[in-house]
Amino acid sequence: MDGGEVAAGAGAAWGDGPPPDTPAEAEREPVDLGPLVDELRAAIGAERVITHAHQLRTYESDGLLQYAVTPGAVVLPGSTEDVVATVRACHRAGVPFVARGAGSGLSGGALPVADGVLISLSQMRSIIEVDLDNQRVITEPGVTNIEISKAVGPDHFYPPDPSSQIVCSIGGNVAENSGGAHCFKYGFTTNYVTGLELVLPDGELVQIGGKELDPPGLDVLGAFVGSEGTLGIATKIWLRIVPKPESVRTLVAFFGSTVEAGEVVTEIVSAGMVPGAIEMMDNLSIRAAEGATNAGYPEDAGAALVVELDGSEAECEARFDQVVSICENAGADSVRVAQDEAERELIWRTRKAAFAAMGRIAPNYYVQDSVIPRTRLAEVLGRIDDLGREYDMQVANVFHAGDGNLHPLVCYDAAKEGEAERAEECAGMIVKACVDVGGSITGEHGVGVDKKRYMPDQFTDADLGTFQRLRCAFDPDGRANPGKVMPTPRLCGEVPGPYRRHPLEQAGVAERF
Amino acid sequence: MEAQASGVSTPSTVEDLAEELRRSDDAGQTVRVRGAGSKLTWAGEAGGAVEISTAGLDGVLEHNPGDLTAVLGAGVPLARAQEVFAEADQMLALDPPGADATIGGVVAAADSGPLRARYGGVRDLVIGVRVALADGTVAKSGGQVIKNVAGYDLAKLFAGSFGTLGAITEISVRLHPAAPQTVTALGHAGDPAVLARGAQALSHARLEQLGLDVRWAAGRGSVLSRSGGATAQAQAEAAERLLGEAGLDTEIRERDNGLWEAQRERQRSPGGLVAKVSALPIDLPELLRTAERHGATLVGRHALGLFWLRLDDGSPGELISELRGRYVTAVLDRPDGFELERDAGLEPGAELLMTRIKQRFDPKGTLV
Repeated sequence: MDGGEVAAGAGAAWGDGPPPDTPAEAEREPVDLGPLVDELRAAIGAERVITHAHQLRTYESDGLLQYAVTPGAVVLPGSTEDVVATVRACHRAGVPFVARGAGSGLSGGALPVADGVLISLSQMRSIIEVDLDNQRVITEPGVTNIEISKAVGPDHFYPPDPSSQIVCSIGGNVAENSGGAHCFKYGFTTNYVTGLELVLPDGELVQIGGKELDPPGLDVLGAFVGSEGTLGIATKIWLRIVPKPESVRTLVAFFGSTVEAGEVVTEIVSAGMVPGAIEMMDNLSIRAAEGATNAGYPEDAGAALVVELDGSEAECEARFDQVVSICENAGADSVRVAQDEAERELIWRTRKAAFAAMGRIAPNYYVQDSVIPRTRLAEVLGRIDDLGREYDMQVANVFHAGDGNLHPLVCYDAAKEGEAERAEECAGMIVKACVDVGGSITGEHGVGVDKKRYMPDQFTDADLGTFQRLRCAFDPDGRANPGKVMPTPRLCGEVPGPYRRHPLEQAGVAERF
Repeated sequence: MEAQASGVSTPSTVEDLAEELRRSDDAGQTVRVRGAGSKLTWAGEAGGAVEISTAGLDGVLEHNPGDLTAVLGAGVPLARAQEVFAEADQMLALDPPGADATIGGVVAAADSGPLRARYGGVRDLVIGVRVALADGTVAKSGGQVIKNVAGYDLAKLFAGSFGTLGAITEISVRLHPAAPQTVTALGHAGDPAVLARGAQALSHARLEQLGLDVRWAAGRGSVLSRSGGATAQAQAEAAERLLGEAGLDTEIRERDNGLWEAQRERQRSPGGLVAKVSALPIDLPELLRTAERHGATLVGRHALGLFWLRLDDGSPGELISELRGRYVTAVLDRPDGFELERDAGLEPGAELLMTRIKQRFDPKGTLV
């Protein structure tokens, strides 16, 4: 869920002024990028370096249009060597850089820095190797998510499937640890990355892992995936792929309320099933989506529940009948089973239309991405209803019900004075309600600039300080995607004491990994 | 906080443990963090270090059956946690060898068993950690929800770190429904190429196997494919057909727990050598021949390319140098007195990066 879904509702909610909580880095003394630009042009080719104002504006926002900053320069590297040359030059000049994939992210993670360089990886779009025997793919970062599954079909697929998969890039997926509708069963990007070639913020090139699992030493892959561009740039990515399931069955069931549908989710999971996907839409989302796809969904339904099972044909059939009876016994108004691929596709298209179709309800919306323990669903939905009333806002709900990842859409009209601010405040209260029940501020969109202000709700100062230690190990000067993730800018101190080898390696025991 | 006769200290709260770490750090005293001690030989020498045990942090702090999550103190024996989860027909899908291991030790060593083929390893199942750093800082990463991208994923960084970045004190995990009735299809062969063909057929099969392992000992090996669920028998028969088509002698085993228990046991050797090899599925025939030449046994997760070679008697040095010449090889168990030439297989850039991480988390080098 992500970029593909945002376009319609976003809009410059905060007008032309600076976005709220402007990164402190943007306030530093203006830097003359001229010499750096000259150096870059000489190093990687003039055509790969953009400085024209109108061209720069193309890159001023990612998928979250509420934030816009024009970068000082944009670089379009065509190779790892170009990225190394660019980052090295930035490092020498003391200029910050921001990496950007397809620009479909929903948290402002690729928001440029005004006096910095934006490095767009969109030209590095080759799949380097497809190794079906070993079920691995090696790719450049600019390749789109869907291209990987296409390259390994029809017998294999790449499971993480963010809704923006036709545009979003694998490099962006690595930065954000993207999930998708099927991650309840199949996991996230981090579960599929077996190797990375990284350009560190000082321009050093390192390779961690490769085709094999469990590379020696610390799990740097695990730390890097999901680090939102703050630890460096991945220039080559090794991925694991898996055989396609033999069978897929999909249904949509309609219920009087989201609470009823939520109970069905719990029942399905308690019966020992791990569905490929369980998605829920509330009444407002159903109405919006129905307007877009004419799927014939009842517009008075309180909730639509999409359940998809996949696996071996025999097991899928047996379990699917069980899901149908659970829905019926729980009082579903109707249960619609997809009879063929076209009907299945319509169910998914309608589900994925919910975001974009929200334009039918209100001119703008503000989307949140919080996660809650699934058993607290009824309580949190009640709280969201209360908040909607309190702020006089319509809040639609679309969510990944299996893993408790909510996407409340706070609907508003930016043309009305004060509505955008009220929507943002309402959305913030929803995030806090989710953290209060033990949840997270973001399940898949990332922290970026948009949610960093909520980080202290979820993490203590000690937690944040510990995150910063990792950041400082990679980027002591704070030049990789500054102003993202951490709520307030922090500096890295010097490491005390002389250089020492990691004790695992000093003792020579790292080979046990 | 109590000191045991052995000199191992066993704090009973996270705060006490953190305070003890801080005092050692201040005093320049090196520390080794330990759980049950079942894998201490994997962790090289720690001469001069004091030991702090997590055994006192032994509470099952939360089990949320409806959310399929739990929070465990690092010192909880994995077996005890599994008993708690089993009451709700759930499991933590980690089945490394060893009856005594604590969850903290399993996470710190990133150990795993046959369930990894289906459910992933430690890094895939841990959703949050609380850690105590050398300077006494207590911090968490992740949380108690299965989907969460807020902040850095330090849980993965600490998994497999052997306590060298900080002491893992609490662990949040994702649970799964307990494996239902299971049936295993077996294919046997004496020719490494035939065995590998069978394994490859099942790695690429569009079946949902609960386990896919290989084993080899004394000139003969097997492929094991485990199915579960309402139609376990039918799925196992489908797997058996594929093995038969690949030229293996096949059978179906309904009481299959012993088979898989044996796979786990062959990942350890009480007095011998165990080397874990990170390879690829197509490397299997070559690895089988290597094992055969050296008189070693082999078990592994074929589709993942992870294999454990075990040598109870013989010359471990020759086996290790041959393996290291071709694969990333981690030496786990080793015979007493076996001297190992140090070679982590890290390239210099990766090594430097890991050193920088260590310096930021434990600048004085207290944790060994």
